Amino acid sequence: MRLQVSSRIAIYALLELAAKPDEQVSVAAIGEKYRISSHHLAKVMKVLSREGLVRSVRGAGGGSQFSGNARRVTLLDVIELFEHFGSEDAADKAGEATDEGRVLRHVLDEIDDISRATFGSITIATMLKLMERHRTDHRRGAPGRAG
Amino acid sequence: MCAARTKGQADTLRIRRVRAEDIPLVAALDKRVTGVAKAPYWRDIFARYGRRRLRERFFLVAAPAAREADRALLGFIVGEVRAWEFGSAPCGWIFALSVDQGARLRGVGEALLEAISAEFAKSGVTKVRTMVARSDRLPMLFFRGAGMVAGPYIQLEMDLG
Repeated sequence: MRLQVSSRIAIYALLELAAKPDEQVSVAAIGEKYRISSHHLAKVMKVLSREGLVRSVRGAGGGSQFSGNARRVTLLDVIELFEHFGSEDAADKAGEATDEGRVLRHVLDEIDDISRATFGSITIATMLKLMERHRTDHRRGAPGRAG
Repeated sequence: MCAARTKGQADTLRIRRVRAEDIPLVAALDKRVTGVAKAPYWRDIFARYGRRRLRERFFLVAAPAAREADRALLGFIVGEVRAWEFGSAPCGWIFALSVDQGARLRGVGEALLEAISAEFAKSGVTKVRTMVARSDRLPMLFFRGAGMVAGPYIQLEMDLG
């Protein structure tokens, strides 16, 4: 399973902001942490802002702030702002009219359904909890399941 | 068994084992939530999970802490310790959880899950599992939020006939 770069950037940015809901976080700091170009990050932030997931605070000490509901916004909500699940390009359609193609499509749809359900069931708040648990496991020297 | 809760309104809850007089309330709650009436099913579940092998079977209900409100039911959870299904080591298995629509977002589901998890842990298992429809967004969000992740088994099915 691969996510487009914009989806990953958006998830990282939202996690950074939602982890500090009362603070204004500098977008440059996010870019630096994840080594993301400021141009790409700005484009992603614009989409997140348009969707009401982040807001910008101007002036000295300004930055960005999470403005969504961390317990309701899922990874799927974020990903679908930037890409479509199960979307096909022309190459995918080769052979689809055959029995083999239809059966293969059925298998691919099953995988898409599972991916969609997984992303749709994990909220930003759940991701923050998983990260916390991962850090705790890491401190204890146990292998973490997330991250 | 009881649960003293620490956040939200959940400290007004009492988690206890189901009693025979709860079953009509359980059936009614389930009907309100699922839209399907299945009273005989709940009587059977009570006979099997509310009365027998209680060290490994847990049918718990959430009721308001106030004694006078004991006849009200906010939610319920049912599970058991299962072992060696296709090689699976003993684990806690939750197969029913429901919270009254008017009592949601108050930590009732969380309290029920914590209580049954504690019972499972006491019985010696270290893992708890459940099964949720992929399209059933609310329970998926709930169990994920509680820290559950995809397990090593996958559910399979086929049409008969």
